[in-house]
Amino acid sequence: MEEKCSLSSIALQNSAKICEVECSESLKNRLYDLGILENTIITPIFASPFGDPTAYLIKNAIVALRRKDCENIIVNPLK
Amino acid sequence: MFARNSTKEVCFENELRTTDYQIVLAGNPNVGKSTIFNSLTGMKQHTGNWTGKTVECASGIAKIKDKSFSVVDLPGTYSMLSFSAEERAAASYLANNEMECVVIVVDANIIERNLSFALQVLSVKKNAVLCLNLCDEAEKNGICIDADELSLNLGIPVVCTCATKNRGLSELKNAIYDICTEKKKCFCVSRLYEDIDIFDEKKHKANVKNLLEKSEQICSRCVTYNKKEINDRSLKLDKIITSKATGIPIMLLIFALLFWITAVGANYPSEWLSMLFSFIKEKLYLLFDAMNAPDFITGLIIDGVYTTLTWVVSVMLPPMAIFFPLFSLMEDSGYLPRIAFNLDKFFSRCGAHGKQSLTMAMGIGCNACGVTGCRIIKSKQERLIAIVTNNFMPCNGRFPMLIALIMMLFAGGALTVISSFEIAAILLLIIVLCVLATFAVSKVLSSIVLKTKGNGGFSLELPPYRKPQILKTIVRSFLDRTLFVLFRAIIVAAPAGALIWLLANLNINDISLLKYCTDFFDPFGHLLGLDGVIIMAFILGFPANETVIPIMIMSYMASGTMVEYSSYQELFNLFSANGWTVTTVICTMIMCIMHSPCSTTVLTIHKETKSLKWTLFSAFMPIILGIICCAIVSGIASLF
Repeated sequence: MEEKCSLSSIALQNSAKICEVECSESLKNRLYDLGILENTIITPIFASPFGDPTAYLIKNAIVALRRKDCENIIVNPLK
Repeated sequence: MFARNSTKEVCFENELRTTDYQIVLAGNPNVGKSTIFNSLTGMKQHTGNWTGKTVECASGIAKIKDKSFSVVDLPGTYSMLSFSAEERAAASYLANNEMECVVIVVDANIIERNLSFALQVLSVKKNAVLCLNLCDEAEKNGICIDADELSLNLGIPVVCTCATKNRGLSELKNAIYDICTEKKKCFCVSRLYEDIDIFDEKKHKANVKNLLEKSEQICSRCVTYNKKEINDRSLKLDKIITSKATGIPIMLLIFALLFWITAVGANYPSEWLSMLFSFIKEKLYLLFDAMNAPDFITGLIIDGVYTTLTWVVSVMLPPMAIFFPLFSLMEDSGYLPRIAFNLDKFFSRCGAHGKQSLTMAMGIGCNACGVTGCRIIKSKQERLIAIVTNNFMPCNGRFPMLIALIMMLFAGGALTVISSFEIAAILLLIIVLCVLATFAVSKVLSSIVLKTKGNGGFSLELPPYRKPQILKTIVRSFLDRTLFVLFRAIIVAAPAGALIWLLANLNINDISLLKYCTDFFDPFGHLLGLDGVIIMAFILGFPANETVIPIMIMSYMASGTMVEYSSYQELFNLFSANGWTVTTVICTMIMCIMHSPCSTTVLTIHKETKSLKWTLFSAFMPIILGIICCAIVSGIASLF
């Protein structure tokens, strides 16, 4: 079985594959547009000075997301 | 580069129908649409390296060979899958209007995501040209795009451009020309978009998946990645600029430097200008004398209109001419979104959106622009908070006023290097206080009045750092922003000068009207550490904050001592002769930050919120806060 956890628990520089996006409808739509949806690879690359939000690399672009929102994105960590 | 608004209202009633062909620019935010638009039309729309730059929609006319083309810059949106008003507007514009060619601008660096947008456009309009912008940057990042193969896959011409370096633009023009004149035809590759209906909201997720799969397929055929890590340099910079240890100090340092250059650099040209203007003033007196002009006319024109005008020019122009270009350079570099990224935690704590720091930065330029810019915040309540609190950022009308007041505090000694740093530090401190006021009011609003839960979520794109085109940016921002704002200020300053002169010189029972007014406000003013003149100046300055200090000067001068002011020293002498103390200066600064926004901003707030209640709230809330703060400060000061 594949291991599952929330995106917020992925350590920096570790990639993960998105399994499910369980955010509110409006945010979900926005995330989809940024390419954040099932089966894409996402990598947290650096955090802001106060620890939140975190910048994620997705499809060659850098997108910042808050921890609270990331808790609702279920991912499958890659080795 | 993000023309985002209700497109229908603004762009389309123009006389564009007289051109031979209509073309439309469409694309994701921050892909360089404004730059492409500028180079097609020769117009000078302001550009910047952050998502949400362009707020007003633009249209212009391009000439290619023997034909004329009207160009409409469509709102830059991430998608057109119709769930927000702007996206619906963009989609329905494409679907419902006649056009010969759509220019789809994409960022070659993130081609995969951008292609999904391109396919959405193609599902409504078949005649298009794909413009692969920022090609040189993609090349450096090891992204190789086979344009011919891409063109075959999409059925439309593909042109590689680098708009900032003017590369590929003639090819782009030729491609547009060929499509419009039907020299070349687009192929309809219907399997790409046959099952996509961008107007069906229920199919949103299916649409997105479908589109991403297709763009992935296309990319796998046309794009090769030669390097694993992209944007190496950008990433390294980000590690410094957003790190725990250095992120915030660097931000403060950058702003301190910005203020230091502005305050110190503006001082000298300000003095030269006012020397020049007072020289001209003497000659004007002589001229009016020679013409035997009545005292009334001489007073009204020279002491009223001319004096106010020249004050506004000599005090406002230098700081603006320095601040705006420097700020534009910062915008172009891509630093602004990093500020939003660094500070988002505070905004999140206050129930506000991190993008509010972007609109606050715009507010330093002009509050009306800042309020309109709040459209980049999607969630209604967070947007309202950003709109209502934008006024706490001192706009260019109030910024020189703050500088002048601070300079006055230091007017006693010569402007040494050390005191100039102190000035910058004080200015920085004031801005930090403005930001804190913004946080406090946001917090109160979100937790008590609006009860937001931050459901909108937060996503912010951090574009790669780009080297700004220094010379071009400086010239353009000087010509567009500085002169524009100055022009507006002058238009308001001239009648204001005439009005205040009339008030000061029309007497009833040997006492001027102005004196009646200022005497009326005097007791209230003293309660706040101010005086009647200052209150009067703020009230009369409602149409434009630029005129507040000139009104004060005129009122003081009218009440007796006639001083030629050509430096901050003399301004200080004039004000202290009228009973100003350090407390007065501080309270005036507080009132400068916390009073109702100028009339233009108030109207803009009404336009953006469509609510009289919130407009009145944003007009009166700052005044009440200002009165409270001033009363506290003057109360404390009176204890010593």
